[in-house]
Amino acid sequence: MSPTTVERISVRTSDDVVVVRQRIRALAIQAGLGLVDQTKIVTAASELARNMVDFAGGGVAIIEIVEKDGRTGIRCTFEDHGPGIPDISLAMRDGYTTGEGLGYGLGGAKRLSNEFNIETEIGKGTRVIIARWR
Amino acid sequence: MERIPILKMGNFLLVTIQMEMHDRLAMTLQDDLTERIVQTRARGVLIDISSLELVDSFIGRMLRDIAAVAMLLGAQTVVVGMKPAVAITLVELGLTLRGVRAALTVERGMEMLRASMPESLLASMKKTPRKA
Repeated sequence: MSPTTVERISVRTSDDVVVVRQRIRALAIQAGLGLVDQTKIVTAASELARNMVDFAGGGVAIIEIVEKDGRTGIRCTFEDHGPGIPDISLAMRDGYTTGEGLGYGLGGAKRLSNEFNIETEIGKGTRVIIARWR
Repeated sequence: MERIPILKMGNFLLVTIQMEMHDRLAMTLQDDLTERIVQTRARGVLIDISSLELVDSFIGRMLRDIAAVAMLLGAQTVVVGMKPAVAITLVELGLTLRGVRAALTVERGMEMLRASMPESLLASMKKTPRKA
């Protein structure tokens, strides 16, 4: 997977979450994703970006247009230096929340993506990578 | 501060969300709507989301909370105009918005609200324009 376009966005506030959504939408259109695929990846990203604001004091979103096996897609990486997630399987469960959301963030983001990867370390931070292909 | 306008039409309040929803805007709408329901004694709230390109769990929660609060204040809520891509995404996200009623168009939403009103109220609503 070699990225052709890369954008980095600092995510500190809920206004930054809106910026992330707008940039991912723009790149998803550029990558040729259909309307439903665009909506899915943007919604997944909105959940993950908000998680960083709510639980990790913010972080960075990296958006890339990527090519793999002749397919084009969007890959988004969300990196924070927050407290980390003690129990990932619990956090992935629908309805589980420690904050103000509905608790669909992680599990929902996984369902809305073709690829989903999460790495977390207590006291160090969390990195979530999602991708959606055309 | 930017706000989403709330229009009064008879016993109903109409809200059209035409800008990108950020969190503060969502909170303000919730507060403003609650206030207007009490102030105008509205019996129904119609929220048009046909311009929304996305409903994530935060906006979903806002819609659900608005409907729940409105119900406690005696007003029904109908959400209209959800885009198909948004509906598909919401279902996959796992959000069912239980308690929020929906209609495809504004007209059907209005019909739905009227249908849920007691007969006596509908009669008085019909009389109002003639008096004016």
